[in-house]
Amino acid sequence: MKNIHVSTTINGDPTEFICAPDESLLDVLRDRLGLTGSKEGCGSGDCGACSVTVNGRLVCSCLVLGAEADGAAVETIEGMAQGETLHPLQQHFIDGAALQCGVCTPGILVAAKALLEKNPNPTDTEIRYWLAGNLCRCTGYDKIIKAVQSAAAEMRGA
Amino acid sequence: MPLDANKKRVFKVIGTRPARPDGIDKVTGRALYGADATAPGMLFGHILRSPHAHALIKSIDTSAAEALSGVKAIITSKDFGLPDDSSVLDVQDNCMAREKVLYDGHAVAAVAATSAAIAKKALKLIKVDYEALPHVTDVDAAMRPDAPIVQAGRAMDDLPAGLSENVTYHFEFGHGDMDAGFDKADKIVERSFKTAATHQGYIEPHACLASMNSDGKGELWCCTQGQFFVRELCADILEIEASQLRVTASEIGGGFGGKTTVFIEPVALALSRKSGRPVKIVMSREEVFRASGPTVSSSSDVKIGMTKDGRITAAHATFRYQGGAFPCGTVQFGAQSAFAAYDLDAVQTIGWSVLTNRPKEAAYRAPGAPMAIYAVESVVDELCQELGLDPLDVRLKNAAQKGTKSSYGPTFDDIGLKATLEAAVAHPHYTAPLGPNQGRGLSCGFWFNFGGNTCVSLNVNFDGTVGITEGNPDIGGSRASISLMAAEELGIPYEKVRTIVADTNSIGHNDITDGSRVTFAVGLATIKAARDAKQKMCARVAKIWDIDEDAVYWEDGYAKPSGPNAGTFDPMSLEEIAAISAETGGPIAGHHEVNADGAGVSFGVHLVDVEVDPETGATEVLRYTVFQDAGKAIHPDYVEGQMQGGAVQGIGWALNEEYIYGEDGRLQNPGLLDYRIPVASDLPNIDTVILEIPNPGHPYGVRGVGETPIVPPLAAISNAVSRATGLRMSELPMSPPRVLKALSAKG
Amino acid sequence: MVKVAIWGSLRTATDGKAEVEADPGTFKQILDQLVVDYPGLEPQIKRGVSFALDGKIYRDAWFTKINDDSELVLMPYMVGG
Repeated sequence: MKNIHVSTTINGDPTEFICAPDESLLDVLRDRLGLTGSKEGCGSGDCGACSVTVNGRLVCSCLVLGAEADGAAVETIEGMAQGETLHPLQQHFIDGAALQCGVCTPGILVAAKALLEKNPNPTDTEIRYWLAGNLCRCTGYDKIIKAVQSAAAEMRGA
Repeated sequence: MPLDANKKRVFKVIGTRPARPDGIDKVTGRALYGADATAPGMLFGHILRSPHAHALIKSIDTSAAEALSGVKAIITSKDFGLPDDSSVLDVQDNCMAREKVLYDGHAVAAVAATSAAIAKKALKLIKVDYEALPHVTDVDAAMRPDAPIVQAGRAMDDLPAGLSENVTYHFEFGHGDMDAGFDKADKIVERSFKTAATHQGYIEPHACLASMNSDGKGELWCCTQGQFFVRELCADILEIEASQLRVTASEIGGGFGGKTTVFIEPVALALSRKSGRPVKIVMSREEVFRASGPTVSSSSDVKIGMTKDGRITAAHATFRYQGGAFPCGTVQFGAQSAFAAYDLDAVQTIGWSVLTNRPKEAAYRAPGAPMAIYAVESVVDELCQELGLDPLDVRLKNAAQKGTKSSYGPTFDDIGLKATLEAAVAHPHYTAPLGPNQGRGLSCGFWFNFGGNTCVSLNVNFDGTVGITEGNPDIGGSRASISLMAAEELGIPYEKVRTIVADTNSIGHNDITDGSRVTFAVGLATIKAARDAKQKMCARVAKIWDIDEDAVYWEDGYAKPSGPNAGTFDPMSLEEIAAISAETGGPIAGHHEVNADGAGVSFGVHLVDVEVDPETGATEVLRYTVFQDAGKAIHPDYVEGQMQGGAVQGIGWALNEEYIYGEDGRLQNPGLLDYRIPVASDLPNIDTVILEIPNPGHPYGVRGVGETPIVPPLAAISNAVSRATGLRMSELPMSPPRVLKALSAKG
Repeated sequence: MVKVAIWGSLRTATDGKAEVEADPGTFKQILDQLVVDYPGLEPQIKRGVSFALDGKIYRDAWFTKINDDSELVLMPYMVGG
């Protein structure tokens, strides 16, 4: 099978790549575009470490084909900070020690950002269910939930 | 190094919660983990694994795979030598099977090719002729004399009659008169327990990038808890000199003990040597489950006698652990920790270690302790129920303290168990009301903690900042803690210090990041290195002032004259001394190398409320509080993080996680959907109470905190389930079907 | 004399004794003496032992002074997670 030529937008930048028809978006990001911030923890959509958004929808990039990105807008962890300014979620994760090893952190940040865009004032339970697809083995989630809440409060201007 | 004599010391930066130095890299995706590295001309390595639980390898035909375009090297066990050291040979055999495959997933061959797709295609072209053998995966079955023999010739000396050759190890220890002790008891409870093997479940699969030249020089990048240990093992296996192999630890995406050995690193090095190209290997999640190191599974019998007023009169336990297809000593730590929380006159502990057709176990957070303490704490709780006694009161009545001869031999120095129990008694959680189908459980936990070999270099830069070079991968914020200790000691702001983790050729040997040793031992070496640098700075200042060296002392970031006799000089700051260090004798650095001793043991108590759904058997954790003695919490956020993360791993172990083997001896749930680790929606907040009973063996009083928190949840939750349902569960995990079955049987 | 507690599985090498005696000295001197008195201990000592001295665990440390009144417990070499 021939490789496919794909034109897409990644973190706002026009991007072109070729990929095999069966190649995942995660492999494209990591191996072809050097965007290794998205991690592969399972390759089966169970851990969420590869979370990105495609046209604003939160997905596991290991379950999306690279070819599906054609004409779409993809957002990854690399696009979350604006220059030197961290997104409030990123800052609150650091300030609240919401990461230990940090390997799940990019996926959790991308997922939490998608939550706050839909629901700027979530309850703890809503955060816990939204992030249920993002596994963290170090923190026990406690400080993650608190960091999302404090970032949400800041973003609401509270 | 003993606790600093001035115990009333007021810390300036220790105990604060600054941002970690690697924070921005980790929230922006810039931090580089094992699988994130590439090299020019890199090949992709993939490993062929056994579909059998136990089989003879009659032949391996790689010719068709070799003929595939893009395949650059194929290796089997024939590409490795036969090391004399049996422990090295075991590691090597686990990385690549030699004569037999010993478990489902055992590696038999590996391919390096120009793409992952070609490498995977090549694996399918390798023909392995197996002769399947009978297998055994259960610990009790493996001990029976008719069990299939996993590895001949590994049985313990003086194997008792009636036991299988799979039994590799046995011991007994304890003290006191057991019969007299049980005679004094008003109530004796005796029960048997089983716990499933669980996996550390780090989110980052094992990954490495190896480059090995024909002259024996190599470079290895990998995610590991100990780059020095990787270097030594790989050098032994590849028969090269350790100095020629430089190992760089990547950022590590979790380890919990599972990254304290090698699985793919020698394979990648061998493929690189054979192909002459860099080779990257990344395990899939399925490979992680089938072929890295889960923890042991256990079977145990515990018998404890108690008086009506709650005094334990005698305690006896037998532990049987299987650690997979190679001998392992984990049962020792289980047996030694089992009764550590108790001051006992009569105690005996027996341990057995057994081979099975499962992957070789690796350490998992307080290795061996959770399952042993689960059994003991379950029986203590049942005695409390039977005798109508308060479970915290009973634990306080029997608690080990300073001067207690522990069940495993040593007499305890200052320990925080009683203070921890008292904190639990006083906490509002303990007396909060409960609803229907709800129950409250608790358990004590314990871990030994280690020190070990450690090197730290501390460089005073010309601009007055400080660089620290250490050799232990930062698994949970340790760079921040080490920077804090250096800043405290030097009297400079935390932000002026940067700590990095060096490769094997940039600093001397450091033991693995294990045993909760890093904040204790690397911290201790950092304090000593800082004191070394301070002494050198004082010497420089003495020269500048033209007075004796011992007339200058260091305080709050300044060299000062020690008194009126020394003369009147304006104190000189570290920054001022650093700025002129070239003129006063050259760069200033402190360093310290030590095999650190004096790690203090760590106790914790966990309180948990659960609700058991009588319709489904599902257990929900409603409230959870961790009480633990940290000695001195250097960066309290990361101490709490260890307490919370460990508790949640223990909750997973108690309720869901297990290795499930089929009749065919193959692992049935090698994925994160079917091996279910706790997710955010399964859990409440995990509240923490840090106690600080200084460890006499550390200048600031630090104790390791990482391991103890995984120990109590198993029994705490089982005890809570028992109080919610009236059922005493004796097998982990307490998954909904298992609880439902027990509820139905009870009627 | 220093009393050295021997952990369970090593007791086959000490004629079943849970505790043996040695002259005070360094940890290394005591280990050497144990090997002379109980040759069966040598393989384990070569593999590595930890010890608890007055309640503190040490992983190697040959030159640690062991006094008459010290409590010395030999232990398996410690590993952790």
